Amino acid sequence: MRILIKDGRLVDPANKINQVLDILTEDNKIFRIGRRIDAKTDITIDAGGKVVMPGIVDMHIHLREPGREDKETIFSGTKSALKGGVTSVLAMPNTSPCIDTPEGVRILKGLIAKSAQANVFISAAISKNRLGKVLTDAVKLKKEGVVALTDDGSSVSDPQTLLRAFKKAKEQKTLIICHSEDHALSNNGSINLGLMSTRLGLKGIPRESEYKIVQRDIELAEKAKARVHIAHVSCKESVNIISRAKRRGVAVTAETAPHYFALTEEELSGYDTNLKMKPPLRTKEDMEAIRKGLKEGTIDVIASDHAPHTENEKDIEFDRAEFGVIGLETELAVSITELLHPGLLDWPELVEKLCFNPAKILGLNKGTLSVGRDADIVIVSPDKEWVVQKEEIVSKSRNSPFLNRKLKGAALYTICGGKIVYEAA
Amino acid sequence: MNWTRKDLLGLEELTKEEIEFIISTAESFKEVQTREIKKVPALRGKTVVNLFYEPSTRTRVSFEVAAKRLSADVINIATETSSVKKGETLIDTGLNIQALKADVIVVRHNYSGAAVMLAKHLDISIVNAGDGWHEHPTQALLDILTLKEKLGRVSGLNVSIVGDIAHSRVARSNIWGLTKLGANVTVCAPAMLVPPAIEKLGVRVAKNIDDALRQADAVNVLRMQFERDDENAFPKQLDYFKNFGITKERLLKAKKNIVVMHPGPLNRGIEMSSDVADGPNSVILEQVTNGIAVRMAVLFLVAQARDNSDQEKL
Repeated sequence: MRILIKDGRLVDPANKINQVLDILTEDNKIFRIGRRIDAKTDITIDAGGKVVMPGIVDMHIHLREPGREDKETIFSGTKSALKGGVTSVLAMPNTSPCIDTPEGVRILKGLIAKSAQANVFISAAISKNRLGKVLTDAVKLKKEGVVALTDDGSSVSDPQTLLRAFKKAKEQKTLIICHSEDHALSNNGSINLGLMSTRLGLKGIPRESEYKIVQRDIELAEKAKARVHIAHVSCKESVNIISRAKRRGVAVTAETAPHYFALTEEELSGYDTNLKMKPPLRTKEDMEAIRKGLKEGTIDVIASDHAPHTENEKDIEFDRAEFGVIGLETELAVSITELLHPGLLDWPELVEKLCFNPAKILGLNKGTLSVGRDADIVIVSPDKEWVVQKEEIVSKSRNSPFLNRKLKGAALYTICGGKIVYEAA
Repeated sequence: MNWTRKDLLGLEELTKEEIEFIISTAESFKEVQTREIKKVPALRGKTVVNLFYEPSTRTRVSFEVAAKRLSADVINIATETSSVKKGETLIDTGLNIQALKADVIVVRHNYSGAAVMLAKHLDISIVNAGDGWHEHPTQALLDILTLKEKLGRVSGLNVSIVGDIAHSRVARSNIWGLTKLGANVTVCAPAMLVPPAIEKLGVRVAKNIDDALRQADAVNVLRMQFERDDENAFPKQLDYFKNFGITKERLLKAKKNIVVMHPGPLNRGIEMSSDVADGPNSVILEQVTNGIAVRMAVLFLVAQARDNSDQEKL
């Protein structure tokens, strides 16, 4: 099986390519890249005026399977990914049961083999049941193919426990991803503490609950000489702390999610629970800092933190609604709309954040268009305008913060493992 | 002016003109209460449902009296007797009430935003009778009506709000209403009960109670909810009275005719001393009377706006 994509603008920062070239796949690999490739093919796609980039590697998503198949399944979540141009995902371990044993990983691998429509990589918990008490077996988990450890959804509160986790991770060359939050400081708040929490009469989450733990987590990793990746950065202070740590040579990387560079707390005036997530939407100043952090390279990765919840869990009083929003189907479009078109990032920079950097951080052979690599490719229309509509969402859940918003940019074709797995209508 | 809102959810979203219109409508309904027969047929054939998720006597009774004086039929639903305990969602409860062909739901809820949510999902009128810490618009409207009666105007008045600002829907609605009408609003509270960025709502934060009272034409004293269990930083009752309680001595340093208001229920000896509560400056009972007129006005206006929009659809 051969697919030839002609005349598209190939963007592959790993190989410093940003020009109009043809690309040919054979079976599941990228076979050739060049000018005017003339070859016998099964499918030829005219990508004139389009961007051809590696499939997106989203290193922060919740597939909910096993345990909460009413919210999302491996099948529906990966289908949703493909629509958004995402061909590889890192599944968070806060399922039910929590992925914290080699047996759990084996069972999950079985489920993935059975129903995944995209590449699903596995993360396991740092601590048993993500309770922050007893560490999981990093050695055995690594042997089962786990690519990162994270208690995402909770912080490891006890610094001693986290320090030991970093030391073990360092020995195993495993990445630890930190959900950095002081749960006591968050104080059951539901939105950012500030003007909006005052106006709406909602309990606020202070920014300190994020950045103080970002600071602590980086310091502990530094002490253990381990790598650390900070998940879902939302506030200015966190960006500054990460920037300083990078400058002094700490092996820290960081991600943010599209809602943090596209939305602010001001959107919350109608108590829309689809704008409720953790960390919460912050202020305009924070949004600007996140954008600057992306531009300057302090923030390495854009990841969706795709967190599906049923309407039953969202269509209730704001304080009672679940935290989290879906994002797989909109992250590419929101990034193009908010970062590329305004000129903040160019195509190679955007592809770095969405594809190359996350693959590099996780040690995956993904995120580039190198000959011989897996044929995970997205053909993108940078100018296609569309409105995020509830009825058109592929994910099992509908809790998108971008509902009814007009976005510019969309995946036209998603190719995963050399097969066309998504084609825009 | 032409009133077009089918709901009253808060004062933040209202214009100055809309607030003034409710007040002037309330003034005309107030006259009704001086008649021998205190009832008008304005809402005859309409059904008003009081849906209360929090214990409340005074607001519920006030709405009930207001609806009855407009000749509406009134149904009271309290959480203890409803299917809420069986796990029904607020929206489902609202849809069921709508299916009964009720015309107005007056909702009191412990979660901020509950009234906004109901209004988004229902076609019938929603009146917010207090949602969490968010808004309690009819309370602020009756406070404004009382101020206007006592002092002849609202614009230019110095009004201080004293007490637990952070957790008070009465404070928020008063801040929106008073600032829109041109009053100078000062808030005064123990430091941990001043919510962040409150100055951005256009109010001044007083240094202490004497500072709050010095220039005030009126002081609105909030109820302290010492029964709150989720805030361990709450001040002790006696400390509160010592530092923030409204006493005769403190009023001696204030303007002579300062108007003292309280939304009730009053904690005597904690928020204010009895001699102040019962004294010449207190308008607490007049507030209660004005509450009826204001709620009559609100029920009348929202029901009428819905009738008008229904007619337009035909």
